[in-house]
Amino acid sequence: MSDKKTHPTMYDWKTMPRGAIIPQAGNAEEYHTGAWRSYRPVWDPEKCIHCLTCWILCPDAAIMAEKGKILGIDYDHCKGCGICAHECPDKVQAISMILEADAEDDD
Amino acid sequence: MATATIPQKRVSLTGNDAAAEALRQINPDVVAAYPITPQTELMHKFAAFHADGLVDTEMVLVESEHSAMSAAVGASAAGARVCTATSSQGLALMIEIVYIASSYRLPIVMPVVNRALSGPINIHCDHSDAMLARDCGWIQLWSENAQEAYDNTLQAIRIAEHPDVLTPCIVNLDGFILSHTAETMDVIDDDAARQFVGTYKPDRSLLDTDAPYSMGALFLTDNYIECRRQQAHAIENCIPVVEQVAKEFAELSGREYSLFEAYHLDDAELVVIAAGSTTGTAKVAVDELRAQGIKAGLLKFRLFRPFPGQQIIDAIKGAKAVAVMDRALSFGLNGGPLFHEIRSFAYGQLDIPFVSYIYGLGGRDIVVDEIKTIFTDLADVLEKGTDVSQARFIGVRGD
Repeated sequence: MSDKKTHPTMYDWKTMPRGAIIPQAGNAEEYHTGAWRSYRPVWDPEKCIHCLTCWILCPDAAIMAEKGKILGIDYDHCKGCGICAHECPDKVQAISMILEADAEDDD
Repeated sequence: MATATIPQKRVSLTGNDAAAEALRQINPDVVAAYPITPQTELMHKFAAFHADGLVDTEMVLVESEHSAMSAAVGASAAGARVCTATSSQGLALMIEIVYIASSYRLPIVMPVVNRALSGPINIHCDHSDAMLARDCGWIQLWSENAQEAYDNTLQAIRIAEHPDVLTPCIVNLDGFILSHTAETMDVIDDDAARQFVGTYKPDRSLLDTDAPYSMGALFLTDNYIECRRQQAHAIENCIPVVEQVAKEFAELSGREYSLFEAYHLDDAELVVIAAGSTTGTAKVAVDELRAQGIKAGLLKFRLFRPFPGQQIIDAIKGAKAVAVMDRALSFGLNGGPLFHEIRSFAYGQLDIPFVSYIYGLGGRDIVVDEIKTIFTDLADVLEKGTDVSQARFIGVRGD
């Protein structure tokens, strides 16, 4: 994910949009919530059957997929809730949760 | 004195009916309300207008005041002209969303029929509910009588929706004393009233899919204080707007309003400052003392937020002693909130005694003689240098 900010995130009080609104739609992508994570989901492409259950259920749209195939997990936005790992079918178990502190910092 | 330029009808209405009549003429797009004594009849009356097809309003009957203000916020964010009304515990229940309405700069208008806050439970008038809302970022107007409740409600829409202001507005009217008492008053012609309030043209709507934006986002250490600074500026902008709207209203109705009313203040040496229906009683006290040659005067609050502190000090600069009457307590402050705000503005400008009087809590009646006693007290303070460091309670058994 890009770190480039395309919208202003700080204003002085005279130029701040009235009423605490954010006038640019869809800018949540620029706000990296991945740093909140205590547990990290680790996806195993060897085990994944691409059922897309995790993609549907992720509350942060942090499962990356294209043309029906899971590509991986967006660690910039994954908050580590573990729903993906919990919902991954019992016979598949392609996502495991590890402590963020134990993760190799590769994102 | 201004003279009316449009037809008016002389009627007998209670304060609740008078505010409902103003709401009928405003014809809001959305009204969301929940009944609470003594505001209930106001919304009963408006609901009857709605049922009779006299307004085009979408009326939302919600399950609580918290929901009433939430629905009002949603509708106003969508670009609707929105009104509601409440009292006391209802205001207390909605207070979380009351703050949010002002921070989102939504020009909702809300008559508050002033009633004591529990506990112990009490349904009668005092101003503790208005004081509960004093730091909520809403404009607040006070009414002396049913006429003013009506006139203020019509003007509140114009003030709140002004582009320099865009801040919600509370119109205070005393529970029962005004809300349930029929008075003779003048109602301006429907067409003129609707022309006066005009059409609300919001510059944005949350429903506009061509110009989407987010509301309710998190503002942390990086932006919150700038947002609040902007809100503080907006409500301060409201002072010239209040004066301009009052001027236009006077041209229509012949009834003049300002930031406050100065009653025999010009040469007054002993001054009482008060808000709400008590100011009507205080005017009688002033008249009777003036007839005895005592230079008594009254400053009657109209605009409470933003607080016209400097204008008040300028108006009382000839006074020798000032009493401020609060129909509310701030526990542990030794003196009412109005007293402390006014005395604070006097700092460095007026070196005269200020005395705090607490009265009328829970609807305890206040009569002309008691207010005359306040003036006598002030004369005593001047003559004998009596201690004024402690707030005084009026008519309390045991004092």
